[in-house]
Amino acid sequence: MISAAEFCECHHIEISFIDSLKEKGLIELASIEETQYIRASQLHILEKIVRLYYDLDINIEGIDAVINLLQRMEDMQHEIALLKNRLRLYEEPEGWEY
Amino acid sequence: MFIDYYKVLGVDKKATEQEIKSAYRKLARKLHPDLNPNDKDAKKKFQEINEANEVLSDPEKRKKYDQYGENWKHAEEYQNAGQYQGQPSDAGRQTFTWSQGEGEFSDFFESLFGGMGGTGRGRQIKYRGEDYSAELHLDLTDACETHQRTLTLHGDKIRITIPAGIENDQTIKIAGHGGKGRNGGPNGDLYITFKIASHPKFRRSGNNLYTTVELDLYTAVLGGEITVNTLNGKVKLKVKPETQNGSKIKLKGKGFPVYKSKGEYGDLYITYMVQIPVDLTDRQRELFSELSKSHK
Repeated sequence: MISAAEFCECHHIEISFIDSLKEKGLIELASIEETQYIRASQLHILEKIVRLYYDLDINIEGIDAVINLLQRMEDMQHEIALLKNRLRLYEEPEGWEY
Repeated sequence: MFIDYYKVLGVDKKATEQEIKSAYRKLARKLHPDLNPNDKDAKKKFQEINEANEVLSDPEKRKKYDQYGENWKHAEEYQNAGQYQGQPSDAGRQTFTWSQGEGEFSDFFESLFGGMGGTGRGRQIKYRGEDYSAELHLDLTDACETHQRTLTLHGDKIRITIPAGIENDQTIKIAGHGGKGRNGGPNGDLYITFKIASHPKFRRSGNNLYTTVELDLYTAVLGGEITVNTLNGKVKLKVKPETQNGSKIKLKGKGFPVYKSKGEYGDLYITYMVQIPVDLTDRQRELFSELSKSHK
């Protein structure tokens, strides 16, 4: 875990940005003795959000939509991989009879 | 090779700062690696527009580029002659930070500006390292057990745990094992895509396995007990009398392990292939003949 303050310092961003992400439900923070921490599992998505927000000027609502669409895209890619594997059942080289 | 940065961003040579910024943003929204995961072409183009913006959004760099760009090989001489007094400025510029590692600016850029690239959000930026991608080839039997592998990547040894039940073409992320970050930035991630080879006896579909078992005619007709191979050992099976060629049975829980679900397995589907006896003796032929008559 990394404290939210430390993360903001590293990325030169305001802590209020993290608060608004939490408010909108885009990330979850852990609170320990009044200090807010970012879990390691959340770090990747948070870094992505920071890039989308600051680099591409996409607002938080837009980021929410983008993240959801990217997740759907990833799910579909996974599904395509599964379907390709199933397709292999019918496209095996000779010697396989079923 | 000379790079026409105006062309890269699709703007006129007289474009204002605002026009450059907006052209860059438009292209960046299309090509940003976060929006184009695993797309190497988009990443390359993104680096090109990033470089173009790095130069054209900085008045000093733009001036130098306009002045010496096409004669870039001699820019150093001009500079030494005192014709260029400019200092790098970061006023109003913004260059994206995604995976911008060393060596990602073109030779053209490096010759003209040296290592001045990348100022990020107006301050010295911590660059995240580049993400790496690798392929790992496994046998089906490897993929059915959780095991560890040691990979050597750019001279570093990385020990990874491969969970049982991994799919062909599935990609897992090993956080922090990509390129090294710069200026204290975090390392990139390593993405490993698994390629699982076909097995000569078993086919896999999700968590289920499929195989064919040869069954002699007599056991198929009269029933009996046979031993069949599963992916992880042999099992005894009772064959019902009058089992038809091509009939299928399901062995529950004898399939492939379910990914990251300890103790859960798919099923094994067996198709019987009844073998017709060959090289019959005269007596056997007689008996079959009798059987045939009795059937009419």
